[in-house]
Amino acid sequence: MADHRDGLPQGKKGNLLDRSADEQAVFQDPGLPPHRPRTTDVDSGAAKRAERQVALLFAISIIGSILFFVGYFGVRVDGDIYSVTDSAPTAALRLQNLLLGGGIALGMLGIGVGVVHWARTLMPDHELVEERHDVVTEDQRAEAEQIVGTILDESGIKRRPLIRNTLIGAAVLAPLPFVGLLKDLGPLNLTPLRHTLWDQGVRLVRDPSGTPIKASDVTLGSTFHVLPENLMDLGHEEGYLDQKAKAVVLLMRLDPDIVTVTPGREDWNVDGIFAYSKVCTHVGCPIALYEQHTHHLLCPCHQSTFDLANECEVVFGPASRPLPQLPIQVDDEGYLVARSDFTEPVGPTYSQRVIAVNEMEEENGN
Amino acid sequence: MSASTTTQGNTAEYQADTNVGKIANFVDTRVGLSPIIKEFGRKIFPDHWSFMFGEVALYCFIILLLSGTFLAFWFDPTMVTTEYTGSYVPMQGVEMSAAYASSLNISFDIRGGLFLRQLHHWAALLFSVAIMVHMARIFFTGAFRRPRELNWVVGCLLFVMALVAGFSGYSLPDDVLSGNGLRIVDGLARSVPLVGAYISMLIFGGEFPGHGIIGRLYIVHVFIVPMIILALVVVHLFMVVVHKHTQFPGPGRTENNVVGFPVGPVYAAKAGGFFFIVFGVLAAIAATVQINAIWNYGPYDPSPVQAGSQPDWYMLWTDGALRIMPGNWPFTWEWDLFGLVTLPMAILLPIVALTVFIIGMFTWPWIERWVTKDNRVHNILDRPRNAPARTGLGVAAMVYYGVLMIAATGDLIATHFHLAVNDVIYLLRFLFFFGPIIAFIITRRVCLALQRKDREIVLHGRETGRVQQLPHGEFIEVHEPLDEYRRYKLVAFEDNQVLPAQQDAKGKVTGSEKLRGRLSRLFFEDRVAPVTPAELDAAHHEHAHDVHELESAGSSSSGH
Ligand code: HEM
Ligand code: FES
Repeated sequence: MADHRDGLPQGKKGNLLDRSADEQAVFQDPGLPPHRPRTTDVDSGAAKRAERQVALLFAISIIGSILFFVGYFGVRVDGDIYSVTDSAPTAALRLQNLLLGGGIALGMLGIGVGVVHWARTLMPDHELVEERHDVVTEDQRAEAEQIVGTILDESGIKRRPLIRNTLIGAAVLAPLPFVGLLKDLGPLNLTPLRHTLWDQGVRLVRDPSGTPIKASDVTLGSTFHVLPENLMDLGHEEGYLDQKAKAVVLLMRLDPDIVTVTPGREDWNVDGIFAYSKVCTHVGCPIALYEQHTHHLLCPCHQSTFDLANECEVVFGPASRPLPQLPIQVDDEGYLVARSDFTEPVGPTYSQRVIAVNEMEEENGN
Repeated sequence: MSASTTTQGNTAEYQADTNVGKIANFVDTRVGLSPIIKEFGRKIFPDHWSFMFGEVALYCFIILLLSGTFLAFWFDPTMVTTEYTGSYVPMQGVEMSAAYASSLNISFDIRGGLFLRQLHHWAALLFSVAIMVHMARIFFTGAFRRPRELNWVVGCLLFVMALVAGFSGYSLPDDVLSGNGLRIVDGLARSVPLVGAYISMLIFGGEFPGHGIIGRLYIVHVFIVPMIILALVVVHLFMVVVHKHTQFPGPGRTENNVVGFPVGPVYAAKAGGFFFIVFGVLAAIAATVQINAIWNYGPYDPSPVQAGSQPDWYMLWTDGALRIMPGNWPFTWEWDLFGLVTLPMAILLPIVALTVFIIGMFTWPWIERWVTKDNRVHNILDRPRNAPARTGLGVAAMVYYGVLMIAATGDLIATHFHLAVNDVIYLLRFLFFFGPIIAFIITRRVCLALQRKDREIVLHGRETGRVQQLPHGEFIEVHEPLDEYRRYKLVAFEDNQVLPAQQDAKGKVTGSEKLRGRLSRLFFEDRVAPVTPAELDAAHHEHAHDVHELESAGSSSSGH
């Protein structure tokens, strides 16, 4: 650092200070260092030993491949794998996997280590030098340019702009049909995003058993994972999962003293029993964790935290919006039912959401 | 044509003696092997441990093709519902997609199927590790500079494709975790301004999850992406052959030569053997370490989710970016513009953060060239310490990436160290902005210190650990001078300078040129110049003095 030569760089060398011509300024390349012989080069005994080691490694590979078949035919994984009570793999399956995989591993490693050992000990280790060549030489480039010129010239594309321009137009349009074909990858209709299976009078039932819930079942501190009862009628091929993905709801009873309810939502809960969409407003994971003492709901995906005391306002994490509340009431038989569908789209945000919210508000207002 | 010239030219046609020779000769005279062997048979490849990560990536890809093809024999990429009847008891009678059922079958009812699944998955993990380490090697040694900029771009494309390959594969078994990953894709797609919800509809063929996604991902996973990767790999390797491999500076190595081992036999044996080693190691892992135990998760169902579930490691940084963004702080990040468009900035900004990283990656060779105005061909690599600013920037990028990756495990870290998740996230938010800056400053300083250390070693020799006392009582450590080969390794690097902002043709200094000048200062201001022979001479004189003192002390003591 003692050194502060402020010379501006020369020519095409960018910021390099080129002093290669000055003998006192740069060290000259001493050339390749002399070759140092390995023990296997000078000691024939060592070479013989290396040879035997390589052969042994190849033999290990052969044994490994045989081991595979021992595992394949020798180990029986009979009957039922994994019992209901014990979800650990049965010893037999694990042993089989070990023998099959271990056999292949040895088969490969024996060859690999053997060949590398062979190369390192017995093949010549003299470093060799090869010249590099420029990627292109200037006369090649000139020649190529000339050829391209000839091609363009013979095609006449420069002289006949009419041909050129129509060709460009055609080439731009020709791929478009294939882009157009992509449109039918899916329906382009966003209204389903506004609605779920919930509706006035639809019973809240337990997930997955499908049994309805009485208000008295919901004790302080308990959480229910809830589905709309009409989901149970839907077959798998009729969009069961699509509907379930939107309609899942969490239900719990909260201490009436701690909750604040905005005007207009007073009758959305049943004596402190609240129902909220379980679909995170961030990017849609199901919310699964209820911390009773803080009355927070936590999304396991990115830790968005929603405050049940405050109508699921976001208190931490990447979600920006409270979880939508499902208005509920009690039916004649004392079971919990929905008062209506959600009043806003559930789940992650999309551009047209604000329009949807406004239109849904208008509908509900009427 | 060549045959006719040979006969006309009266040159006797070559006749092989051995059987192998005869076969080879037959093939050669039909398709022309000789030129290929002439070109490649003794081609020279430099040898260095850091050059093997690209190879590992290539070998992983081959293993993925092989194991993936076997999986495809049994995997059923459809979402029709079936009732499970295989031998895994807890799932018997459960309704599930055919994709999930067939994944269970591969695991439990196809002999060796579990091994294949685990081999495929472990190979996918190692594939992405190898690609990233390989890229780091290229970056830190400056191997992306002219003439290899385009190959760097191909490498970046491979990095991106590896992510696509991994994610699409992870989603195929249609278990709870993979379905949840797809649900996040739905959320991300929806966030795209104006067209997002439509994109999601197109991807899933309607509302999430729909019935089509597994089949679509399947064609992406087993055909489109592997084909693209294969094509990129071919181009990549072709360019390596055209450019010839770079080499580290050292005695005998110049910009105009390649020093190393010939393909046949040494290099081919080492590289070929190494393929079997990678395969063997992956097989050993797949034989012993369970991965993605889909039977524990159950078939995809939108309702349950497991806390602490993480995507594969190469996707962590995308997940982490989503996690550290505050949704409501200091104000809401969901913007309703004019009551017409909703913009979920809390999702869009993390996507921007990831995009910036990827764009920076793709364009770095050009950015660096703009700053340094260095348009020369570079076949000799930089030792990372000899490019302190670049190395600092590389480490900064790694910290940026690392913070995002760690953020994706924020909840696990919190539970493990008994911290509040919130505090972990606050810290990571801080580190996201300041970590890279701190890393840059520290790394650059460390590089400069290492360079100075190199100077010391060249000038005063290597420390031997032996201590001797000078006659006047002072202790000195004996230094051993370097031989000329070792020394050359430490002095053979380019002496780059600050290149201040220049006037353009009209005699004006443009704004961007001023910026470039400032960056150039950041790059090279404190640079440490290589030792010159003149400096070494001067240092030797000084030494001679010390040594002389030592020797005279020795002789005088024996004189007593
Ligand atoms: C190019 C790099 C590739 C990567 C990074 C990759 C990655 C993955 C991953 C992470 C999985 C999930 C594995 C599991 O735990 O079940 C997977 C599954 C799968 N992959 Fe690949 N893969 C690649 C190439 C291929 C190729 C070339 C094929 C076929 C020709 C293939 C066929 C499959 C199949 C059929 C499955 C589903 C297996 C199951 O669910 O049991 N993959 N892939
Ligand atoms: S999906 Fe809930 S926090 Fe991201």
